[in-house]
Amino acid sequence: MEIFGDWTLRVVALGAGLLGAVSGFLGSFAVLRRQSLLGDALSHAALPGIALAFLITGSKATVPILVGAAVTGWLGTLVVRLIVQRSRVPYDAALGLVLSVFFGLGLVLLTVIQKRPDAAQAGLETYLFGQAAALLRADVIVMAAVAAVVLLVLMLAWKEMKVLTFDRAYGESLGLPMARLDGLVTALLVVTIVLGLQTVGVVLMSAMIVAPGAAARQWTRRLGSMVTVAAAIGVGAGVSGAVLSSIVPRLPTGPTIVLILSGVVGVSLLMAPERGLVWRRLQLGRLRGRPRQEPVLMHLHALSLQHPDDPDHGHEVSVLRTMSPADIDVETALTALAERGLAASDDRGLWSPTELGRREAQRTLARLDLGDNR
Amino acid sequence: MMDASVVPAVEVEDLTVAYTGSPVLWDLDLQVAPGTRTAIVGPNGAGKSTLIKAVMGLVEPVAGAVRIFGKPGREVRGSIAYVPQRATLEWDFPTDVLDVVTMGTYGRLGWFKRPGPSESAIAEAALEQVEMSSFAHRPIAQLSGGQQQRILLARALAQNAEIYLLDEPFQGVDAPTERAIVRVLDDLATAGRTVVVVHHDLQTVAEYFTHVALLNVRIIAAGPVSTTFTEDNLRLTFGGRVGVLAARTARGD
Repeated sequence: MEIFGDWTLRVVALGAGLLGAVSGFLGSFAVLRRQSLLGDALSHAALPGIALAFLITGSKATVPILVGAAVTGWLGTLVVRLIVQRSRVPYDAALGLVLSVFFGLGLVLLTVIQKRPDAAQAGLETYLFGQAAALLRADVIVMAAVAAVVLLVLMLAWKEMKVLTFDRAYGESLGLPMARLDGLVTALLVVTIVLGLQTVGVVLMSAMIVAPGAAARQWTRRLGSMVTVAAAIGVGAGVSGAVLSSIVPRLPTGPTIVLILSGVVGVSLLMAPERGLVWRRLQLGRLRGRPRQEPVLMHLHALSLQHPDDPDHGHEVSVLRTMSPADIDVETALTALAERGLAASDDRGLWSPTELGRREAQRTLARLDLGDNR
Repeated sequence: MMDASVVPAVEVEDLTVAYTGSPVLWDLDLQVAPGTRTAIVGPNGAGKSTLIKAVMGLVEPVAGAVRIFGKPGREVRGSIAYVPQRATLEWDFPTDVLDVVTMGTYGRLGWFKRPGPSESAIAEAALEQVEMSSFAHRPIAQLSGGQQQRILLARALAQNAEIYLLDEPFQGVDAPTERAIVRVLDDLATAGRTVVVVHHDLQTVAEYFTHVALLNVRIIAAGPVSTTFTEDNLRLTFGGRVGVLAARTARGD
């Protein structure tokens, strides 16, 4: 394809894809640990760092700006930890506090900077929503290095990451260095967010962290497959967002990537088997049809047990109606049971369970007996 | 109270733990003899879970020391198996039962090593002990409360530890699970292991345990159930409102 010959697009697509991969890896763990807000707080806390770095150095050179972002982002996590340890403010509220205070401070600083007469500040606000087109080859190389480190950590410390995520206290009780691993993961998250600021910006970076993991969880049952699927979703959204925004004029890359991700999350929440809303609604409907018949079948079975020598002895509908809870429509249930071949009526309108119905009732009894209270 | 020549499995000395300034455990002393089954009993907020966590080294004490078989707690972490309260965990986690139980072998494996067939075999044996073998490949999001409790116990069994610390394992479980847990506790006692359980149900203390520690920020009384689990001690621990429970327990004896 012609567009892939475009050097700039290749750099942008590669950068966005790598960012998606790392976000998917780390975001999966953040989502499972209910730390989705951490990414949000971190990325917003990076804004004052960007502004301060510019104020101090007077230039928009990438490295000092990203260092500034990392410093205040990291400071944000420290403040959150201090608040949680030293006060009764819960974790999520502490994150919200840090997020808004740091972000507000960043906006004030940006406004101050923009009022200055020199022209050097122009374009600093691109860090709010990102400017993927400005990605350089060097940025992509740094991103590839971070992705490699994250992959290495996951491969070497997979089981430690799993314990940290599922049951940190237990991991500590085993003597595994949970605090150090947690620190490492948070540091990697800070680096990822800071790198992502150039591409998707302060405001949208949190979606980049949370969305791939949240979508992947819907489709998977194992941690390994969840992390892999999340990374794939991140890569897919990053690359397709970059390509799309290069085809359609004036379409910004970062927001496009986040919109694609949101679409994937939406579809996953609705359609995924087992966990999707649509699937569960269908399942619920199927279950709803059943319990309304099951009590009637059980009563029919109980009645037939009283006639061991004549299993096909017929029973009045009125008897079944007095036995059943008021909210059960006995006639409809009997008709449904007959359709399923579980019950039959004779020419006098008396009902008895079929052989199939008796077996079904016994299976239900056995299931209840096992105490299998799923 | 204890033969001085026997090194206690767990020894807590002058332990004080505080959260945000206020003490949760106050100058606490406790000795647990090897091979005993001890219930930690006390009202809500008495510091029962905190005591377990302090023994595990999961909370930093303000003062005092914990020794495991005479050694500082941190040095012998692998020899204690911890069963947390199941409600503190996030069960919508993408993995299956066997994988969670296998976590019990992680401490022995060390860094970078992945569990292999021998670890799986240990985990399967532990699942067998809690009668959950047929659930090995069930996603943990699909377990009932009692089943969750049993796999946490199996995970601890996979550690093959000397000391077992269980935090409210009987809380809100079904009858088959309660029986399975009691059977496991019996097996552990037969094997000479030391078991300490945070326990809520006063009526089963005498049946399930050999020793009891009555806790309410301080240790009110500790020792063999027969001499320690008295109505007077219970009243001291719970205050006046325990009257009914204590009367029932006394009759149960």
